[in-house]
Amino acid sequence: MTRKQRRLTMIAAALTVLGIALGLVLVAMRDNIVFFYSPAEITQKDIKPGTRMRLGGLVKEGSVEKGADRSVSFVVSDGAGEVRVRYTGLLPDLFREGQGIVAEGVLEDVKSFRADSVLAKHDETYMPREVADALKKQGHWQDEKHGGAK
Amino acid sequence: MIVETGHYALVLAFALCLVQMVVPLWGSLTGDRTLMAVAAPVSLMQFALVALSFAALTYAYLVSDFSVLNVIENSHSQKPLIYKISGVWGNHEGSMLLWVLTLSLFGALVALRAKRMPEDLAATALSIQSWVLGAFLLFILLTSNPFARVGAPPMEGRDLNPLLQDPGLAIHPPLLYLGYVGLSITFSFAAAALIHGRIDAQWARWVRPWTLIAWMFLTVGISMGSYWAYYTLGWGGFWFWDPVENASLMPWLAATALLHSALVMEKRDALKIWTILLAILAFSLSLLGAFLVRSGVLTSVHSFANDPQRGVFILAILVFFIGGSLSLFAFRVQSLKQGGIFAPISREGALVFNNLLLTTSCATVFVGTLYPLALEAVTGDKISVGPPFFNLTFAPLFVPLFLAIPIGQLLAWKRGDILGAVQRLAFAVGMAVVAGLILAFARGEPVLSVLFAGLAVYVIVGAFIETWGRMTAGGYSPALMWRRAIGLPLSQWGAAIAHAGAGVTLFGLAATGWGVERIVGMKPGDNVNLGPYTVTLEDVERRKGPNYVETAAHMTIREGGVVVGKLDPSRKFYAHRSMTTTEAGLRTIELGQVHIVIPEQNSDGSLDVRLYWKPYVTLIWIGSIFMFLGGGVSLADRRLRIGYARRPRQPKGQPAPAPAE
Repeated sequence: MTRKQRRLTMIAAALTVLGIALGLVLVAMRDNIVFFYSPAEITQKDIKPGTRMRLGGLVKEGSVEKGADRSVSFVVSDGAGEVRVRYTGLLPDLFREGQGIVAEGVLEDVKSFRADSVLAKHDETYMPREVADALKKQGHWQDEKHGGAK
Repeated sequence: MIVETGHYALVLAFALCLVQMVVPLWGSLTGDRTLMAVAAPVSLMQFALVALSFAALTYAYLVSDFSVLNVIENSHSQKPLIYKISGVWGNHEGSMLLWVLTLSLFGALVALRAKRMPEDLAATALSIQSWVLGAFLLFILLTSNPFARVGAPPMEGRDLNPLLQDPGLAIHPPLLYLGYVGLSITFSFAAAALIHGRIDAQWARWVRPWTLIAWMFLTVGISMGSYWAYYTLGWGGFWFWDPVENASLMPWLAATALLHSALVMEKRDALKIWTILLAILAFSLSLLGAFLVRSGVLTSVHSFANDPQRGVFILAILVFFIGGSLSLFAFRVQSLKQGGIFAPISREGALVFNNLLLTTSCATVFVGTLYPLALEAVTGDKISVGPPFFNLTFAPLFVPLFLAIPIGQLLAWKRGDILGAVQRLAFAVGMAVVAGLILAFARGEPVLSVLFAGLAVYVIVGAFIETWGRMTAGGYSPALMWRRAIGLPLSQWGAAIAHAGAGVTLFGLAATGWGVERIVGMKPGDNVNLGPYTVTLEDVERRKGPNYVETAAHMTIREGGVVVGKLDPSRKFYAHRSMTTTEAGLRTIELGQVHIVIPEQNSDGSLDVRLYWKPYVTLIWIGSIFMFLGGGVSLADRRLRIGYARRPRQPKGQPAPAPAE
């Protein structure tokens, strides 16, 4: 095999693998990417019911209702909009009223959301960044909530 | 005073970097041996100064010196001793100090070996290392001074983030940094080789041990981080495809590819351009990881306080080194001559295949990690790319890789016999089929777990076919086999052990499909079935620790009425931070683990308990230890010992080492 043929074989093999990888990435991108919206953005961007998405905001004070069999419902607010979230399962350690959370699930209609996972911030200084940004955008950011860290 | 000494030492180390960045480099370009001779001692001094600085910060933590801002923010006088020490790097400033300590450590290690290398290459590499070190020292001095004092010291500190108060903090970051930062030395060597245009098999021989060391520590560093997340985050998972994890996985994939391509370069003088490029890319990905984690682009336990100024600074470092080295590469690449020829079916061909798959999978991780960031920067849309993306892109690339590992090990250099190799693997394939059948019978669904476990057995057995063949080449008498086994090159054993380790990890991953998860409300005295076991909640106890209060559940695991273990998962409440952490109860039974987490107590006094039975799960981490040991055995090989090579230019001095090969 000459040097040229050898090089061609290698390039062909490389292109094949890269092509397969690119195909996989594109397929995976189409089906497995989830957008993040805050409650206000759901109305602003006219998100259709049935859309799979991540919802972020603060858990509204006094809105948490615990039902039977670990079902729970609460209102997520970003100051400009509110969405009621229903969820069945264990809530994260740092889930509290007034705290920022991110829920992933399906939008049922403009005001209600069925979550299949709920994430909270890691600790009192780390707000999920999406939530912090959404709150800043709505003008509801209070810096002292961010206390501790400079 | 000691604190100021630490700060001053850091400034001095930076000053030495300025000298080192110019003098040895100039000397190597002009052939001035006096100037080149500066490199080694200066590198040692840099290390001494940075170590002094690190010791000073550790001292401030040990005596709880609350006039130092860093100590106030991350320590507490009642914190246990081990967390006072490991807390030094449990924050942004301290972790950067650990980063530069590791950078200077590698510089010093190379300096100690410098006499066994051509002096211009060593001097240039040490000079480049000082460029990197200098950049990060400047970063610390300008944006992240760990020694800053406060005017009015408080009586008490704010304590370390409770999530980090774990032995994991003492182990995971130092190991990971040895890996991450260890890649800087391969980068420095690559840049030095490009500067001098000396890129040959000999270069690969000097560089490969360093890559191997970095790779070994990166492997266990990632693995220990994964185990820490597994037992402390309370989700029962060990890998989340979190961008921070990906930031460490990408350099690992590149370093793994580099190890293999450097082998081709060393043995066959081929793939030279590619190897140099990989050496640059591997460290570039380390820098990218540092940027992602430290700049506040991502939020996670790893990104301590965010400060945009720091992000911009690290980005500048990133651009300078990646851009600089790639320009140098582009400038030199034409002058490189291609080396040995090989057929596509050969050991080289198999290693090229390995590189192709590893770098492609690295690229897919790169896309999945950075695409959301890029999209947000461009359109403002926020998306998340989750585990399904990575599972779908990663697994199809790794299956052919695992299939190829044993075949590649059996192919000859230059031109291989693939049919012969496959025939020799019949035993491994047979074992895989037998294991698959047994597992399908014993454990059943999911099919994918059975298939992957079978693949894992094939890799483990296949890894030793070559060594077994050589051991038994002279017959099956135990004494002869033993003699032949110890006569084999250690690097061959090392490769076999490391490849088997990859198979062991794969087995552990495959077995996750057989896991059982249950979430139940329990009161004292309740039983719950979990796979083959019955778990009983005995009672719930509240107890006080040094800086927390704890709610612990005492649980007993029984198998057929016989007690096989007890565990007490707990929740700790840290008053100083008003924060709760989950301590999973873990009990290892054979190779599997029972993993129990107790989230908050319900109003009716019952506990919601999350229980997992994870068969063979420990193999995931045991595999990484095998990879580490394999690397270590390989490193002990006489032929590969660091710097153990001929010096083409300098006849005098050291006793002549034995000729290689």
